[in-house]
Amino acid sequence: MRLNKIILSFVSALVILFSTSVASFAKVVGDKIILGAAISLTGKYSSNGVHTQNGYNMAVDRINSMGGVKVGGKTYKFDIIYYDDESNPKRAAQLAERLISQDGVEFMLGPYSSGLTKAIAPVTEKYGVPMVEANGASRSLFTKGYKYLFAVLAPANLYLDVAIETAVELNGGKPVKIAQAFEQDAFSQDVRLGILDAAERTGSKIIIDDKLPKELNDMAATLVKVKQMKPDVLVVSGHTKGALTAIRQIAEMKVDVPMLAMTHCDAAKLSKQHGKNSQYALCASQWHKSLTYKDDFFKDGMTYAADFEKEFGYDPPYQSAESSAALLVFKDAFERANSFDQKKVRDALAATNMQTFYGNIKFAPGGQNVDKPMVLFQVMCDASGSCENKVVAPLKWASAKLIHPIPKWSER
Amino acid sequence: MDFLVFQYPMITVQACLDGILLGVLFALIAYGMALQWGVMNIINIAQGDLVILGGYIAYFMYLYGIHPAWGVIVAPVIMYFVGIAIYKLVINKVVDRDLFISILATFGISILFMQLMNFAFGADVVLANSGYGTTMLFDSNVVLPNSKIFSAFISILFAACLVIYMKKSKLGRAIRATAQNARAAKILGVDTEKVYAATFGINAALCGVAGALISITFTIHPYMGLPYTIRSFMIVIVAGLGNLPGVAMSGMGLGVFEEFADYILGTEFRIGSVFLLLVLILVYRRFKLSRKREYLK
Repeated sequence: MRLNKIILSFVSALVILFSTSVASFAKVVGDKIILGAAISLTGKYSSNGVHTQNGYNMAVDRINSMGGVKVGGKTYKFDIIYYDDESNPKRAAQLAERLISQDGVEFMLGPYSSGLTKAIAPVTEKYGVPMVEANGASRSLFTKGYKYLFAVLAPANLYLDVAIETAVELNGGKPVKIAQAFEQDAFSQDVRLGILDAAERTGSKIIIDDKLPKELNDMAATLVKVKQMKPDVLVVSGHTKGALTAIRQIAEMKVDVPMLAMTHCDAAKLSKQHGKNSQYALCASQWHKSLTYKDDFFKDGMTYAADFEKEFGYDPPYQSAESSAALLVFKDAFERANSFDQKKVRDALAATNMQTFYGNIKFAPGGQNVDKPMVLFQVMCDASGSCENKVVAPLKWASAKLIHPIPKWSER
Repeated sequence: MDFLVFQYPMITVQACLDGILLGVLFALIAYGMALQWGVMNIINIAQGDLVILGGYIAYFMYLYGIHPAWGVIVAPVIMYFVGIAIYKLVINKVVDRDLFISILATFGISILFMQLMNFAFGADVVLANSGYGTTMLFDSNVVLPNSKIFSAFISILFAACLVIYMKKSKLGRAIRATAQNARAAKILGVDTEKVYAATFGINAALCGVAGALISITFTIHPYMGLPYTIRSFMIVIVAGLGNLPGVAMSGMGLGVFEEFADYILGTEFRIGSVFLLLVLILVYRRFKLSRKREYLK
């Protein structure tokens, strides 16, 4: 009997708790549009999580101070509820659930990384909550038929295929020999798929195809193979640790390869950590401040970079720029939908066709941005040893000429 | 692809040398683990995290303009006291309890360290540049970064010093006595509490040296400790407790094994093959043990 009583009171307590907490927030409170975001503020993605959050905050402040969002003749301001997902996909999915069903958020911003976006997307889809994400590039996000997911960035398989095409072009249109090493995570494996496509398209041959472990900090074995088999291009993708490890060991082992293409050099602060050793590395990037896209809020990349540096004290990596762009997309969609109805906003998002300082944005039916090419920059150092990233491809945006082939170590 | 080792014979030489240099470093970490396992009967899951912490000490020296190689002297000193502190706070409460309890306790320390390091140093992957060059052998077909040679040399140096210390010094004798029979040692006047604390401190100091070397040769990251714990666990299992030459040999063997697994099976199986080897060795040991028991019957 007593046990029954305890259970009964426990259940009723739960019921009361739930009935009071549900809808304590709403999507729009007063003049505020409340967006929800689970961000990695701690855990292994915390540095990029902070870049993402800074990008979001910068755009919120800018949009709010420049007149906010006009819907139905009234002006609204953005506000974001953040939760820390601890870099953990399970936690991220829980938090998305909580943002939507407890906090009543009706519009979401994406987390950092493909893995976490993958965890959140099914939740936002289930509740029909439009999510504009800026940091999940994995191709698999866009093949699942999600209707409420929109990504301002180019999908991962496009990251480095420009490099292969450039290499073929420089080889007089003849196929090249490719060596590649990729970490075994969703993102890097998608980059790999892109290379496979590019290789098939150009008839190039992949002679080394290594998969690197998650705890990667030694790729000497791959580099020994590269040294012996002499490929034309070496492609490496393994987040920050991949980029840092590759540069260190290539320099130490004096590996000569005509072209070295990588991802995540930006986040790895390659030239800062490695100085001249990082010279000539080609890096795929979603954005570079020297690109000449324009919008009304941030003007252009250079202005964005200067403003960002003033506020946060460092040069914005592309992760911040794309996060800021996500807010611009939301603002534009709200104003075109002229409503806070989730379906209408979703349709407005799907019809987005705009230019931001970050690039053109136009979504394919899968949700990926198809109107913004990736750029490749090359690390270039002057005699004093200070290095800079210069855009070298595609040619339209190039601010410097690609140095190819990379000079041999014995000649440097 | 599978026969790279035969197509390019120089790869074999390279793999062996890389493996040995790497293995010596592993052996140093494993030696610390074997020491405290033998003396205190504690399997330290936080071993790898102590290594990474040592690495951060060298990294910060590098950041402030001091050559990171000095880290091999500074890191063990700091880590010795970190080790003593961990012992006083946690380990002394679990030292004569069940092995399972100590595994849980050190597992907890490991998680705590990871998060604290992440909190304090950030989640960026970092490294310290030693500026050491490269040694080329065989018409530059085999390359050895001097940083790897340096770390192997320092590892051997520290291991040798420790062996001598264990043999000659009073504390060393006390540690060995406690390892053999803690109760008897206590009766004969050895302050086992002190011995335990010193052992844990020495282990942490060894981890500090190894960490400093790793920050010079590879990269460090708050969450990269576990593979080092597993490798040292594995080396100790293969070598057995209290068998120092065994630890050195199995360390180098594991290093070479990993390199060859990388070339023959592919990089993706590198760590997997270590786990597989661990399982095989455990099964083999159990099999040998069961036969012995039957024989005794």
